[in-house]
Amino acid sequence: MLKTLLSGDYPRSRVLSLVVLAIGISLLLAPFLYPGTKSLDTAAKIAIFVVLVASYDLLLGYTGIVSFAHTMFFGIGAYGTALTLSSMGPSFTAILLGMLAGAIVAAVFALAIGLFSLRVKAIFFAMVTLAIASAFAVLVSQLSGFTGGEDGLTYRIPRELTPGFRPIKEKLFGTAINGRLIAYYLIFFLSAFLFLVMLRIVNSPFGRTLQAVRDNGFRAEAIGYRAVLYRTTATVLSAVMAALSGSLLAIWLRYTGPATTLSMEIMVDILLMVVIGGMGTMYGAVIGATIFILAQTYLQDVMGVAEKATEALPLISVLVAPERWLLWLGVLFILSVYFFPAGIVGRLRGQGG
Amino acid sequence: MNREHPVLETRDLTIRFGGHVAVDHVSCAFNRGTLTAIVGPNGAGKTTYFNLISGQLRATAGKVALNGEDITRMSVPARTEKGIGRAFQLTNLFPSLTVRENVRLVAQAKARKGFDLFSIAENHVELIERAEHVLAEVRLLDKAGLAVSALSHGDQRKLEVALMIALGPQVLMFDEPTAGMSVDEVPVILDLIRGLKADADRTILLVEHKMDVIRSLADRIIVLHNGALVADGQPAEVIASPIVQQAYLGRDPDEIESAVGETANA
Repeated sequence: MLKTLLSGDYPRSRVLSLVVLAIGISLLLAPFLYPGTKSLDTAAKIAIFVVLVASYDLLLGYTGIVSFAHTMFFGIGAYGTALTLSSMGPSFTAILLGMLAGAIVAAVFALAIGLFSLRVKAIFFAMVTLAIASAFAVLVSQLSGFTGGEDGLTYRIPRELTPGFRPIKEKLFGTAINGRLIAYYLIFFLSAFLFLVMLRIVNSPFGRTLQAVRDNGFRAEAIGYRAVLYRTTATVLSAVMAALSGSLLAIWLRYTGPATTLSMEIMVDILLMVVIGGMGTMYGAVIGATIFILAQTYLQDVMGVAEKATEALPLISVLVAPERWLLWLGVLFILSVYFFPAGIVGRLRGQGG
Repeated sequence: MNREHPVLETRDLTIRFGGHVAVDHVSCAFNRGTLTAIVGPNGAGKTTYFNLISGQLRATAGKVALNGEDITRMSVPARTEKGIGRAFQLTNLFPSLTVRENVRLVAQAKARKGFDLFSIAENHVELIERAEHVLAEVRLLDKAGLAVSALSHGDQRKLEVALMIALGPQVLMFDEPTAGMSVDEVPVILDLIRGLKADADRTILLVEHKMDVIRSLADRIIVLHNGALVADGQPAEVIASPIVQQAYLGRDPDEIESAVGETANA
C-alpha cells in the first residue's frame, strides 16, 4: 500500500521521513492547527508550490534540462482557469475547462519548444526558453483587453469555495467549516495527488530512462533510447504539471496577474527551492518549497521581533530591521547552498556536502 | 561454409571534415560468426569508421548496409534496435547510476519499456534478474550496488562489456576494449570477448593495438591507413604483407609486435 503510494521511493533517512511526515500532517491539518487567513494562505501556497517545484525537478533534476520557461507554463494554467472563470462565470465546469485548456496549451507549447530546440546544446536551450518566456510575459501584459494586462484578472469562484458558504453552522475544533476550507482541501488533495503521480513517473521505467539520458545522452542513444523523445516528453509532462499547479493558484487567489505567475522572480524562486531542497529527489521539492515560503512569509515578522529585542544595540537593530529581510533571505540561501551542495535531502541521505 | 550475404557491409564509405578525408572509400563486408580486427596507426580513421557504422557520424558518401538493408541515414537508436552494438574507447557509461542500473537500463531498452510511465521500475523483476545475470558473467555482481563513478578503470571496462552482453546485438563493435587496463585484468576481457565469439550468430569488429590480443582472437585483419583500406586478409598474411610493412609499419615484420605493443602501452 505505502509502496504503491510512494512508488517504492522512500525518504531513505529517518530525519527526512519525519520532516516530510511533519510537513504532510501540518498541511493536512493546517486549518485546525493554524487558524487564521494568513496561515491558511501560506499552507495553500506551499501545497501549490510543492507541485510546481516538483515539476521543475522532473525537468532539472531528473532529465538535466535547464529551462527558464517554467513560470510561463505556470501562468498558462493560471490564466486558463482565470479566463474561463471570468468569461463563463463561477462554476465548476469553468474550473475544469480552464484546467484542461491550460494543460493542453502548455503541452502544445512545450512540445513545440522541445521538438524545435532540444537538439541544441543545453545552454542554448536555456537561452531559447528565457527568450520565449520573456516574450510571453510581454504578450500577456500587452493583450490587456484579454488578460487584464499588468492589473491581471479578478474573478469569482463557485460559491461552494468561498467563505460565505457554510454547510455546517457549528465550528469544528474552533474552526469554521466554510467554503474556504473546502477550497483548501480541494487544493491540498489535488496537490498531494499530483505530487504522488510525479513520484511515480520518476520511479517508472520512463523515469529511470530520463536519468540515463541526463547522465549520458550519447550513450543512452547507443543502447537504443531516443534521447530527444525522452527529453521532449519530460518537458511536456513537466509543463502540464506546472499548468495544473497554476490553475490551483488561480482558484485559491481568485486573482491572476503577471506578478503572481509569470514574473522572473518566481522563476528564480523555483530554481532556489529545487536546489535548496535537493535536485533529482522529489522530496526536495517538498522541503524546498516549505522552507522557502515559510521564510518568505514569516522572516519579516521574526525580524520585527528581533528588531524590538535589539533596540538598545545601534548597528544590530538596523541590520535586523524587517525591511532588510531580503538580505537575510539571501544570506540563508548562500549558506544553504554552500553547506548542502546536494540539497537538504542529499545531505540527510548522507551524500555529498 | 555455404555462401551467404554478409551481415554488415560498407560500400565506398567516406567522410570528409572540411578538406580532410577521415575515412576514404572503405568497402568491406563482414560475415556472420567472424571476428575482424581493425588496425592502423593513430589517426588512421578506425574510430571514425566505427562511428560511421554505429551512426554517431553520418557519411559524406557511400553506404552502410546491415543484412542487406541500407542503414546509412538511420539514427543511432534505430541502428541499435536493428542489431548494432557499440562499446566505446573512452569509458562511456552512466556515472551517477549504480552498476546494476546501468545494465538494467539496457535490458529495459531491449524490452522496449522506456515509455512505461506509470509502473514502478523496481517491480519489473525480470529486468533486474537479467542485469544481475549479466553482471555475474562479467564478475561484477558483488559491485552491483556501487555507483559507476566509484569503480576502478578495469571494472568500468568490464561493465562496458556487460552492457554489450545485455544488449546482445548481432554486430558487436569493440573499440580498444583493453586500453588502459592492468596486465592481469586483460585476460578477463579477452575471455568475455572469446565467449561472445563462440556464439556463431555474432559478428564482431575489434579495434585493437595489442598484437597478442589480435593473434589470439581475430579471424581476419583489415588495415586502415589515412582513412583508406590498405590490407585485408588472414592475420598471419596481413602482418607479413608488403603493403602493411610499407604503408602502416614501414619496417620488418618481426619488429611489428614489439612496436605496436609499445604504442599501446605508451
